[in-house]
Amino acid sequence: MGEDTESPKINHTFLRDYVTEADVISTVEFNHTGDLLATGDKGGRVVIFQRETESKGELEEVGETGDSGEYNVYSTFQSHEPDFDYLKSLEIEEKINKIRWLPQQNAAHFLLSTNDKTIKLWKVSERDKRPEGYNLKDEGGRLKDNSTITSLQVPVLKPTDLMVEVRPRRVFSNGHTYHVNSISVNSDGETYLSADDLRINMWHLGITDRSFNIVDIKPANMEDLTEVITAAEFHPHHCHLFVYSSSKGTLRLCDMRASALCDRHAKLFEEPEDPGSRSFFSEIISSVSDVKFSHSGRYLLTRDYLTAKVWDLNMDKGPVETYQVHEYLRSKLCSLYENDCIFDKFECVWNSSDSVIMTGAYNSFFRMFDRETGRGVTLEAWRESSKPRAVLRTRRVYNGGKRRRGDVGVDSLDFTKKILHMAWHPSENIIAIAATNNLYIFQDRINPETQLQ
Amino acid sequence: MFPKGTKRKFSDSGEEPVSSGDQVPAAPSVATRSLTSSYSLQRQSLLDMSLIKLQLCHMLVEPNLCRSVLIANTVRQIQEEMTQDGTWQIMTQALAAAQCPTDRLVATEVLCRQTDAAAQAGQSPKPFSVGGLEEGYHAEEVVMEGDVETEVTMSTLAPVSPQLSSASYLAGPFVMGPCWDEDEEEEEEEEEEEDGECEEDEEDDSEDCVSEGEEADRDHLSPDSRTGEQVFGTFEIKHPAPPPDPALEELFSDVDPSYYDLDTVLTGMQSAPKMGPYDLLESLSSHGPTALSSSSSCRSDLNELDHIMEIIVGS
Repeated sequence: MGEDTESPKINHTFLRDYVTEADVISTVEFNHTGDLLATGDKGGRVVIFQRETESKGELEEVGETGDSGEYNVYSTFQSHEPDFDYLKSLEIEEKINKIRWLPQQNAAHFLLSTNDKTIKLWKVSERDKRPEGYNLKDEGGRLKDNSTITSLQVPVLKPTDLMVEVRPRRVFSNGHTYHVNSISVNSDGETYLSADDLRINMWHLGITDRSFNIVDIKPANMEDLTEVITAAEFHPHHCHLFVYSSSKGTLRLCDMRASALCDRHAKLFEEPEDPGSRSFFSEIISSVSDVKFSHSGRYLLTRDYLTAKVWDLNMDKGPVETYQVHEYLRSKLCSLYENDCIFDKFECVWNSSDSVIMTGAYNSFFRMFDRETGRGVTLEAWRESSKPRAVLRTRRVYNGGKRRRGDVGVDSLDFTKKILHMAWHPSENIIAIAATNNLYIFQDRINPETQLQ
Repeated sequence: MFPKGTKRKFSDSGEEPVSSGDQVPAAPSVATRSLTSSYSLQRQSLLDMSLIKLQLCHMLVEPNLCRSVLIANTVRQIQEEMTQDGTWQIMTQALAAAQCPTDRLVATEVLCRQTDAAAQAGQSPKPFSVGGLEEGYHAEEVVMEGDVETEVTMSTLAPVSPQLSSASYLAGPFVMGPCWDEDEEEEEEEEEEEDGECEEDEEDDSEDCVSEGEEADRDHLSPDSRTGEQVFGTFEIKHPAPPPDPALEELFSDVDPSYYDLDTVLTGMQSAPKMGPYDLLESLSSHGPTALSSSSSCRSDLNELDHIMEIIVGS
């Protein structure tokens, strides 16, 4: 992992991969400055990476601006342990479903991590100094003999090796009967929401024994259950607005000022179904697996099984943009239903300027779409086919037509290699891709801070 | 895969369901759709697959509710379409015809006690619904011992006849165990001891969501239909529960096994002479999509199944 500074000749995207010790990564999230990157895995562990800052001298030499550092492990801790629900005789997985950073307010960093049932607030702080020169204790901490104290001294802080301490500050438990799929920190900096399959709760970061239920779609008779909540997020700027998506492909924008229980949406976003393409799988592939507000707060990005869609908050009749992620799978839906791949939940992300969207696919492929041109590119997160610092070449899936060298046939796609989780740096063109137990970090060196071309 | 409303070319029924399904055949109009055996076959296999998926939720960890809901909706959609086609009616009529009078009376009486009002509400079948155990929902399961082996046996028999597997697994999802609804607060006045036993007996087995049944139910049925009933070993028959024990209720108030509303499925067949759940098995096998196995071969499959069931139950 210790890479030296790159030579000035290589100024394209470069590839680096970090192999985590064990287990499959289940969530990836940059903090608000992008200096820290947190990953959660199925074993309940959280690994935080920190971006190394290069010295100024090197940067000026290369002619680049800004941080070009790599990400190294900063801290690792066990967030959740496996649990057991004795009443139902069922295990509660320790898998980290989501991590969300709080905006930084002081020297310490705070993040929320959640498994299926319990959300925890962790404080990550550094300690690189220790006091020395106590009057009553010696260096080893033993009490001094009073007779040896002849003068008064003021203890001073001396630098020591950097120590990163992670401590749980809050545990928000017993708020959810069903599996928590989303958490989202509010722009007010004081509250956050947690959503499970049927309910959304709002918590105050300081209060752990109570939460406020703001959405409840559980029917009185569970036999009537036909729709579940799949994702939820607060608006980035308006602390009273949040959106949640459903398994039927609908988005609901809710305003907490309207009523205490936001079962009735302020706006319903739904694309009318195309009767010509209806099949038995129509509903399943319309289920929204992820929803993200744009940084501007004007748009919504959703991901369903075959497409990624951009919605304008001001228009609820349908998406303003639709991107085909892997349309070649449409004729394979029956097989994908059989092997359960049709239920895979892919995430989607915006870039910092909301001009590019990115989402994952199979065979270690992930896709980026430029919103202005509408064009998409397929990239691969696979160690064998790229070396560190190599240019990431685009891939293509061959589905009839002219076949080029390097194309991958639809039938040779590896459906076990799925890119479900990813994150985009908040201000730069750096992306983090989770591929089972590997974490890939890609950087655009040509345009570190402008949109991808 | 099965688009509706557009003309469909005839495809060979000998085609393998999955691959032919992966093409995009246009579906015929409602009237002619049922006549296309290939489409029916594909739909049937999809139904089988869905029911298997619903049944095989492993119970170590709570299963994914979203996935279960989506599969259940798919099953419901297929059922609705089959009802429109009249295929469902054909099945139920065959069931009724094949059914022994005695059993039918008992079974239907038991089945319809709860849902007569709903059935009379409309002739159209109630949609297949996935349910948790809620208030007013009275359930009693008829289960035999060794239900674990039962499930395994049925699954191995699945390849024998798709109709058979469909029917046998129709019962499966009806006993999901506490994998659906886990609500703590309300209902559960119908909570019964079986549920408690289910919880206590639960191990690492998905089939453990089946709870021990009452001997009395088995006695209701004549020996002939018993094997059929045993095939639906995990099938649940609803009838008003005895006055619940408040202490037990409270104890198991969290426990909320979910059962599919087989009742409403069968309610949809009320237009035909009423029949019991095990009729579904026979009717599906003998009146499934045409151009497939004949009744006799399915009968032999049935006999084989019955035989195995008997061995397992040790009757």
